[in-house]
Amino acid sequence: MDGSLGLIVRMPALEIDWATLVSVNLPTLLFVIVGVPLALVGYIVGSDVLVRRLPKRSQSSVRPWVWVGPAILFVGVILVYPMVGTIVRSFFDRHGSTFVGLGNFTRLLTDGGILIVLRNNLLWLLLYPGLVLIFGLLLAVLADRVRYEKSVKTLIFMPMAISFVAMAIIWQFVYYYKDPSEPQTGTLNAILVNIFHGQPITWIQDPRFNNFALILIGVWGGTGFAMVILSAALKGIPGELLEAARVDGANELTVFRRIILPLMMPTIVVVGTTMVIFALKAFDVVYVMTAGNYNTDILARRMYSELYSAGNNANASALAVILLLAVVPVLIFNLRQFRAVESRR
Amino acid sequence: MSVAVTTPVPTPTTSAPARRPKPRTERLSARVSSAGLNVAVLALTLAWIVPTLGLLINSFRQGGAFNTSGWWTALAPPFNFTLDSYRAVLGASDLAPSFFNSFMITIPATLIPTAIAAFAAYAFAWMKFPGRNWIFLALVGLLAVPLQLTFIPLLTLAVKLGLNSGNTLPGGLNAGFLAVWIAHTGYGLPFAIYLLANFFRVLPTDLFESAEIDGAGPVTVFFRLVLPLSVPALASLVIFQFLWVWNDLLVALIYVGGTPEVAPLTVTLTNLVGSLGQHREYLTAAAFVSMAVPLIVFFTLQRYFVRGILAGSVKG
Repeated sequence: MDGSLGLIVRMPALEIDWATLVSVNLPTLLFVIVGVPLALVGYIVGSDVLVRRLPKRSQSSVRPWVWVGPAILFVGVILVYPMVGTIVRSFFDRHGSTFVGLGNFTRLLTDGGILIVLRNNLLWLLLYPGLVLIFGLLLAVLADRVRYEKSVKTLIFMPMAISFVAMAIIWQFVYYYKDPSEPQTGTLNAILVNIFHGQPITWIQDPRFNNFALILIGVWGGTGFAMVILSAALKGIPGELLEAARVDGANELTVFRRIILPLMMPTIVVVGTTMVIFALKAFDVVYVMTAGNYNTDILARRMYSELYSAGNNANASALAVILLLAVVPVLIFNLRQFRAVESRR
Repeated sequence: MSVAVTTPVPTPTTSAPARRPKPRTERLSARVSSAGLNVAVLALTLAWIVPTLGLLINSFRQGGAFNTSGWWTALAPPFNFTLDSYRAVLGASDLAPSFFNSFMITIPATLIPTAIAAFAAYAFAWMKFPGRNWIFLALVGLLAVPLQLTFIPLLTLAVKLGLNSGNTLPGGLNAGFLAVWIAHTGYGLPFAIYLLANFFRVLPTDLFESAEIDGAGPVTVFFRLVLPLSVPALASLVIFQFLWVWNDLLVALIYVGGTPEVAPLTVTLTNLVGSLGQHREYLTAAAFVSMAVPLIVFFTLQRYFVRGILAGSVKG
């Protein structure tokens, strides 16, 4: 499993230096736990004191930048800076020296293999956000009404606490295929053979099923995420509002459709948008389960192999640009959404 | 908090009148639907935990047993459970320092982006400045940046700035930690700002107006009103960021890579499984060892997901 990353640097055997651990590292950790929040609060309080010294008129134009400044700085260095380089590189050849215009894009898009990749991304885009939202909403709303809510939510959330190396192992136990002459050790094939008396299926290799099998893993992992955010929004709806509707004779379905759903809509848009973007840049599941084989490849995984296996920076950059362009419709939808919220104020 | 409670906000319907006793048929149908509710919740939960349950049971089986028989066969006698895999994983000598390193990486890499995102989200939701909507949209768009693409340019930059692991910063801090904190902050910010701004935006306007009339400045409003009213959103954000960083292997490998002094649990466990040979059973145990901390964090923070934080005010 470990070698599959291709980036692993083998670590030498390590002697624990307990003396250093206790005398140097522990104080550092404590210093950091106290110091980091102190620095953050200090920044915002301190700079507000400075802003207050400015003439009244310029205060309101300077103040917003004090609040968004650190975010813009971090995002600028960590995300925008590499992205600008990537966009520039997508117009150059693989050595980065000759300008080729849209050459990388036309070559990529006319390559037969990319069609499968785009089809798979479309499948992810259609199924993953929808299923995650439905299950997340269902679980958030239903669990809210049972006494053992905390346990249910912890169990549904558990997949999020699993690193993706472990996730691969878990799902190998589910999808494992054994020759029909042997007893099946994979959960799904065992159910298929022992309960429905069917033939075992090679879930991961069979191109009829494997994309759905992989998307299912994604849904299993992502639902806890959606559930937690949607549940946080649900808890924000005042209880007396729901109680009042019930007393007025509304049944549970009406309460859900007329009160809960509209009030949760902004949050549903946030979760939906995030899920659409996650579907576009899905990587982990395909990477650990099939490495893009058996017609399961997707954009982000293909980009990764262009970058680190094929060493083709031009193709990788072009793929990243395609990915970014695909997000534009989602952004337009969001712009409309928060203009709508604004106009309601 | 006190501000929120004392500010009178009109509720759309008058306060709930006294409950009238329900007729018998209604009580019966309520009982049937409550049974249906419980069945639905339990069925969904069961479907969700079966894959993990398989892993959990396999982690307690004798080495190699899962190659020949399914995990469910272990639930029937004879019960041949063993702690060998856990002993092998927990007995590895370098686990303690990497537990420590994981905290050293994860705590600041959770606190810094959450705080910076909260500052920015407050400005995006409640302050007016030129280009506000466009900057916000650009941030959401940056969610789509594939992280794998940023590694090479950023690593080059980190080395140029002397932020490669092994360098010691003033105060004895390994520079690799600082590089990972900065990287995770940048990667986590777009989602964090997006989530928080949307929660902040729907806070009731009257609350802000009355606070302003009372003479409260933006810092006071932020710490006394916005943050307390957004506790569930903040708690979920803290959980996600904590998990992403705790479970991250790729970013840790890139920025602290081969340096054992800063390697977090994920890196050590991956190497450990490699050095123990092709023992998949060790990986099953390793998975549960690394899951323990995230689950404790989630369970602890769950108490902030309660109704009534917005009590006395109305959303929307």
